[in-house]
Amino acid sequence: MSDEQMKVQIKNLYKIFGSNPKAMVEKVQGGMGKPELLEKHGHVLGLKDINLDIPARKVQVIMGLSGSGKSTLIRHINRLIEPTAGEMIVDGEDVLSMNDNDLREFRRKKASMVFQKFALLPHRTVAENAAYGLTIQNIPTSEAMSRSQKWIDRVGLSGFENHYPAQLSGGMQQRVGLARALATDAEILLMDEAFSALDPLIRTDMQNVMLDLQEELHKTIIFITHDLDEALRIGDNIAILRDGSMVQEGSPQQIVLDPADDYVSDFIKDINRGRVLEVGSVMHAKPPAKGPELEASTVLEEAMQVLVSSKIKEAIVVRDGKKVGGLSMEDCVKAMARTQGRSEGSSAYT
Amino acid sequence: MSFFTEFPVMERESLRDLKKAIDSTFRDFTRENGELIEALFDPLKDFLLWFQKILLATPWPIMILIFCGLAWLGSRSWKMVVGTAIAFLLIGYFDMWEDTMVTTAMVSVATVLCIAIGIPVGVAMARSDRIQAVITPILDIMQTIPSFVYLIPVVMLLGIGKAPALIAVMIYAIPPIVRLTNLGIRLVQADVLEAADSFGASYRQRLFGVQIPLALPNIFAGVNQTIMMALAMVVIAALIGGSGLGTPVLRAVNNQYLALGVFNGMAIVALAIIFDRVSQAYGKRLQKHREGGHGV
Repeated sequence: MSDEQMKVQIKNLYKIFGSNPKAMVEKVQGGMGKPELLEKHGHVLGLKDINLDIPARKVQVIMGLSGSGKSTLIRHINRLIEPTAGEMIVDGEDVLSMNDNDLREFRRKKASMVFQKFALLPHRTVAENAAYGLTIQNIPTSEAMSRSQKWIDRVGLSGFENHYPAQLSGGMQQRVGLARALATDAEILLMDEAFSALDPLIRTDMQNVMLDLQEELHKTIIFITHDLDEALRIGDNIAILRDGSMVQEGSPQQIVLDPADDYVSDFIKDINRGRVLEVGSVMHAKPPAKGPELEASTVLEEAMQVLVSSKIKEAIVVRDGKKVGGLSMEDCVKAMARTQGRSEGSSAYT
Repeated sequence: MSFFTEFPVMERESLRDLKKAIDSTFRDFTRENGELIEALFDPLKDFLLWFQKILLATPWPIMILIFCGLAWLGSRSWKMVVGTAIAFLLIGYFDMWEDTMVTTAMVSVATVLCIAIGIPVGVAMARSDRIQAVITPILDIMQTIPSFVYLIPVVMLLGIGKAPALIAVMIYAIPPIVRLTNLGIRLVQADVLEAADSFGASYRQRLFGVQIPLALPNIFAGVNQTIMMALAMVVIAALIGGSGLGTPVLRAVNNQYLALGVFNGMAIVALAIIFDRVSQAYGKRLQKHREGGHGV
């Protein structure tokens, strides 16, 4: 893909915490690891040589366990955290070279953020919170309120406009957070573990709200999570971080079918492969002469049901109306069984 | 070995000279600049006298109505309003109305000035650790040094009267509002501030839209403490011309008039309780949003 289609480009990004981080970059580039850096120099390696191109209008998930640097990384995009070295390009513009005013403009218009702990203003009502990004831009209150009202309705909070955040449940508070972020019409939505603090049912609920909105709005969403199910569900692309380095980047299918190392395979070992893997990524090349037709985006679980119920051994895989391959029960079973050698969570990385 | 039994003190001559030098330097300074400094504080004195005159010129029933109205606005409680009315009626009945008005004027003006100066100083302290490191010991001194010690230079500079009394009250009463403003702002949750930053809030928008509103409960506790401490200084202020309820107390001490002392002392206590309860209730109402639960 060419540069123009890339909304956010992160290039050789380093973040080191400590008293003299600039001097430590070379040491890390020279191969020094996180434990050694901490022990010998008293600096903490936050992010190491991150390179990531994030396409426009897609959901990019950044995943990792706590301490992997994912929240640090997302804060570099709107420069809530300054990097030690590297580049951050958004829409071809270098975020790091912006002065205070440009940066404020960038945060007001271009990228808005949703937080794990909601971070609503407790002394303002739901309506005032949703309008916050607009009032910051010095838009008159009445106009800001009417513009944000649309988003309050969209996230399902109509009727709660005059409540204070403390009077709402966690799920509802995060809806306010989402409405606040959407109200500024920013093209980029930064979501820092936005649904992690919610209980599972509410979380699924919020994911649906977000996916519905995305279908219509096509924002560039950068979504941080530690939950693989969530990542697979909403991500068009997933990047996996570990100890501040990027371990793997790719589509959900690629990650599940071809984990880059033990760390990633351990991550994916408990997922329901039948519900994640799609026919298009496990089929073989030659379509059979006849058989039931399956869309390439069908998940394996459904495909296997079709295969079992029709008496024919092989199905034809169709993408955009064209026959692109065939799928046998054997293909399905192979894909469901974990790849040899990388399975069983040999936890060499710990 | 007298070295160990007798502290090696400064020579008596030099010590006396040192004290003399300090005294004469300050006295010269006073002689040269006393009038100028007095003139500087004149607007303050005029403002205080003007306010005091208004309180005294207003007929007492109207004043009581105003006090009750303020109590209602602050606390929204009938008990407070009735209590306030009874307290002021008793004060008037025992012939302490004028002194009480004088004291009320002094405490009100001192509190307003403390807020006007104290909150910006507290904000500056919260913004910079260096400023905090400089101001904190100054506040410590202001709170612990015996009031009589700073009465000396104040009286030397400004003489006896309303202005020095007001300044003495303020020196004693301003530390809590400064400290609690600083504390309140520093206690504002980092994630809320981060959210404000992420939406592009400027420094002013952060300060007035997030930090001060969220620090208000603490700032209000500071205001409350400032009022209480200003009232506590009323008697000492009377020593240097503050007049008001402190003056009869001083007279009572000098002449062993028990009843006079107790009556005026009780009037001060009554004022303190009214100010305290009303300002606390008002501070609590500001935090209405902190109440949880659905519906209001």
